[in-house]
Amino acid sequence: MKRLLSFIITVLVLAAVMAVSTPGLLDRVRLGLDLKGGFEILYQAQPSEQGQEVTRASLLQTAASLEKRANVLGTSEPEVTTEGTDRIRLKIAGVTNEAEVREKMKEPAVLTFRSAAPGDAEGTYSKVELVGSDFVENAATVGRDNLNQIEISIKVKDKQKFAEITKRLLGQHLAIYLDETKLSDPFVRAELTDGTASISGNYTIEEARNLADTINLGALPLKLTEKYSQSVGATLGKQSLDQTIKAGLIGSVFILIFMIGMYRVPGLIASFALILHTWLLILVFVVADFTLTLPGIAAFILGIGMAVDANIITNERIREEMRSGKSIMSSVKAGSKSSFRTVMDSNITTIIVAAVMFAYGTGSVKGFALVLIVEILLSIFTNLYFARWLLNMLVKAGKLSKPKQFGVKESEISAL
Amino acid sequence: MRFKKELDYVHLSKYFYIFSITLTILGIIFLAVLNLNYSVDFKAGSNVDVSLSKNLTVDQIRTAVANIGTDHEPDITPGTQRVTIRYDKELTSQQDAALKSAITKLDDKASFEVNTVDTEMAKELARNAIYAVLISCLGIIVYVSIRFEWRFAIAAIVALIHDAFMVVAVFSIFRLEVDLTFIVAVLTIIGYSINDTIVIFDRIRENLRFGKQKTYDDLKNLVNKSVSQTIMRSLYTAFTVFIAAFFLLVLGGESIKMFSLAMVIGLLFGAYSSIFIASPLWLLLKKNQKLKSKSKPAKA
Repeated sequence: MKRLLSFIITVLVLAAVMAVSTPGLLDRVRLGLDLKGGFEILYQAQPSEQGQEVTRASLLQTAASLEKRANVLGTSEPEVTTEGTDRIRLKIAGVTNEAEVREKMKEPAVLTFRSAAPGDAEGTYSKVELVGSDFVENAATVGRDNLNQIEISIKVKDKQKFAEITKRLLGQHLAIYLDETKLSDPFVRAELTDGTASISGNYTIEEARNLADTINLGALPLKLTEKYSQSVGATLGKQSLDQTIKAGLIGSVFILIFMIGMYRVPGLIASFALILHTWLLILVFVVADFTLTLPGIAAFILGIGMAVDANIITNERIREEMRSGKSIMSSVKAGSKSSFRTVMDSNITTIIVAAVMFAYGTGSVKGFALVLIVEILLSIFTNLYFARWLLNMLVKAGKLSKPKQFGVKESEISAL
Repeated sequence: MRFKKELDYVHLSKYFYIFSITLTILGIIFLAVLNLNYSVDFKAGSNVDVSLSKNLTVDQIRTAVANIGTDHEPDITPGTQRVTIRYDKELTSQQDAALKSAITKLDDKASFEVNTVDTEMAKELARNAIYAVLISCLGIIVYVSIRFEWRFAIAAIVALIHDAFMVVAVFSIFRLEVDLTFIVAVLTIIGYSINDTIVIFDRIRENLRFGKQKTYDDLKNLVNKSVSQTIMRSLYTAFTVFIAAFFLLVLGGESIKMFSLAMVIGLLFGAYSSIFIASPLWLLLKKNQKLKSKSKPAKA
């Protein structure tokens, strides 16, 4: 009686927890770009000037700059990660002007400080005095000068060169260009010898910040080329998500019907374990903040089919023992014991392959492999241990005493 | 459902060997002559999938995308409310944008999926795919050799390479597109189809412990018995995963269609090979060992 009670309580409590928490959990699953729309680009970084090398620091710097650039362009939650020694992966969701964003991202804008050359029209400057890499990376900051006017200060790497330029251009303009766009053309008011320049003018704080950001971005240390890109329209992503989830639900219902029809009570337990397994998988995704991609959902659904393997192998074995004439109690015992090794062996081989996939895959392949690994580990817990524990409780409580409850006909049982 | 009569699987397997070998040779010929129909993932270029709200003809689309600034004709495959446009060269982001706006003019509800892969990346993906397949096989050989014995490992690996190759062959013969998800499917089949094989091998190993097998017939009966004891399990476990893969194929998202198809084909071959290829092959290897030990003087 105690056993039956703990069986019922376990099932009811778990069912209640799952029912209450599932809608909230589903809302919090982070969806990949292929499901919610957006684009993903893999860049290869090269040194912007010949003879230089791509260092870890410059790669991280470039990634940080890219992220900032994406933020400046008003995209939501850009995701920038470095891969290997010279790659950067950029993911941006829900962009309306994709082409523009991509263009700005790809071409690291060239920042130049220019002076007027003879023959330049009024307000245009063509003699390049300094380039982006002459400045200390991320050195531009916004502050206020003595008169409380907004000023942007920047640091150059070569003090002497800067001193020479400011001496020569005293009283003239030193314009700031991003590519061929003039951002600002401040006056040189003094010869600057400490390697720090201050740009002040009638800027609003917003403008000054943008200018400082641009100067910092312009100092992007590496040149980027697109190696791989994927863009998915929001409608198409939603369509894939809906279709695939529907496929999964229908497939799962069929599997549950099959299990219950084939194995009766143990089949019911297996179905419960399977639902628990799916719920736990979603929980892991939310807690670990994994991103679910379309191949990930495919792995999810295939995994549901694979998870019941453990139950099929165990239950078939139990039935086999019963048919040979053993009592239900000892059939369950013997069946569980001898099927355990088989289940573990077959799960481990699948994990080996999934681990290789994870190691060699990129992007969505990694996602698929990750889901598969997590799923197999969870199914060992739910569909092997948990299902067996539930079954044992029922058997020991004496609630499973007829072979029919296992889907075994009396006529099939041979005398021992 | 139970097979009352024990079938002679070992005997039957002769015919299945002929079937598998024929299919393998056919596959090799097709691969050699036609190769595989690689997607942009492995040969660089751009692939544009468009989901439309109305049906457009190929001509309409061809005209619309004629002026996006590429110097070669794309390959256009229409479907129901869907069209795939493939370029052998990578689209620049301007061309990409031009193509999208051209099609949006025809159908303002069009939704796009664009994949662009450059040559170097395509080569790298292909190389990694081959490494992944090889390392997976190696991992399984090592594991099965540790848990069982080398004869089981060899039989298992032959069976799973058979499964993987059959999928490749079918894709080559029917000119189905091979992309990155195809490799994922092949790897998943490698990892999964061995499960059924292991179930049978486990049973063979277990049965080996009861009594001595002196003659080839003893061994053959043992294999037949082991297969028939586990065949329902094998069929059921293959069946549940098959259900999942089948619904993914029929109802799932368009971009994993090829993946699901590869899985479905692989699963069928996986169930088949564990019964008719792996176990008889193990018997063949074991028989030779038995014959050798027979020639030696019997120990007391």
